[in-house]
Amino acid sequence: MSGRPVWALLSRDLRLAGRHAGQSLLPLVFLLAVLILIPLGVGPGPNLLAVMAPGMVWVAALLSGLLALEHLFRPDLEDGTLEQWWVGDHSVMALVTVRFFSHWLITGLPVILIAPLAAQMLYLPSHAIPTLMLSLLLGTALLTLFGGLVAALTLGTQRGGVLLAILIFPLIVPVLIFGAGATAAVADGLSAQAHLGLLTALLVLALTLVPLATTAALRLNIE
Amino acid sequence: MQTLIEARALGFKRAGRLIFTPTTLSVNAGQCVVVSGANGSGKTTFLRLLAGILKPSTGSIHRPLDDHAGVSFIGHQAAFKGDLSCLENLQFQRAFFANKSMSATLSPIEALAEIGLIGLMRRNARSLSAGQKKRLGLAGLLVTQAPLWLLDEPYASLDEPGAQQVDRLIDRHLSHGGAVVLSTHRRQPELSCPIERCPMTAAEGAA
Repeated sequence: MSGRPVWALLSRDLRLAGRHAGQSLLPLVFLLAVLILIPLGVGPGPNLLAVMAPGMVWVAALLSGLLALEHLFRPDLEDGTLEQWWVGDHSVMALVTVRFFSHWLITGLPVILIAPLAAQMLYLPSHAIPTLMLSLLLGTALLTLFGGLVAALTLGTQRGGVLLAILIFPLIVPVLIFGAGATAAVADGLSAQAHLGLLTALLVLALTLVPLATTAALRLNIE
Repeated sequence: MQTLIEARALGFKRAGRLIFTPTTLSVNAGQCVVVSGANGSGKTTFLRLLAGILKPSTGSIHRPLDDHAGVSFIGHQAAFKGDLSCLENLQFQRAFFANKSMSATLSPIEALAEIGLIGLMRRNARSLSAGQKKRLGLAGLLVTQAPLWLLDEPYASLDEPGAQQVDRLIDRHLSHGGAVVLSTHRRQPELSCPIERCPMTAAEGAA
């Protein structure tokens, strides 16, 4: 297979995301809403907020990412475009990988870009912002991969939302621990290398195995 | 005669049970095969097996020419994105199913003109009627021009002129050395060449 179907799918996904801008921006709006509400809820004191900031930004980023996972494969299943991936000589694993990439571009990248603003709102020390962004880069990619696998597994159930949330939970807990831990370590003047190293190792593992597993899960569910 | 696809004792199990009696079929270039049978006799499943969407539980599929390329499948769903225009959907299909034998393909605009949807090319596919969606699906066949067409109920929701147009498209595809496998349970294709039949029955105890 040539690269042409891959590009066609990527550009169509991005064009569709532009068409439903409201739906595509929902995770970002949710993230901002949470970050605005936290100081209102716990009080605007800089000392308290600065301690909570790494964890809060991370929790908000992961939860907002969950909102979009239902849209990763389900619309394609429902309109019949998903089964067309198996017609012809496409490498379905390449198509799955492209879908992950476009989903990350739409839901993950904006979160990383908005993170410096979020960090400022919660008084996170500014020297921790690059680490926050780097850890979110790894973390949002991991969320897309783990979430995509779970979304593919739950595709056969009619209302898979709850099941999806339950199944993804154990997978994203380590991501949250190491991601928030990396940011907190740098904010406290420590090194984040161990945390980031573990996140990177997880990402490499997920990049290797998840497209394979997702392809198999999708195939089961289009029957 | 060039054989495009050959299915030997093809069967599919759901929850451990065969859903139709294993069927053998060989399709040559220039041949039209009509898969017929009652509701639930496995016509759609059989076509999806031939398309490569499902994996056969029993038997095997051979494509002597090329392993997988060169197949178009139109199922019950039109397989178009409702929020893209007809033209954008066809442009996607053309790029997504780009194959080596692309010599005879029409451009998306030519295909829309051929099928009578040129006036609706900027409309979102979501706003089309059921019959218009079916026609858009046929336009998709023209932009990819795969040698083997697998059509599941191509006449459903089409009016009589639309159905005649399907027959004309099939006739022309056959004369260019293509082959068609279609399922239908009411209207029969009216073609200039003889039609092969492939009757299907539900497996015992499955219905």
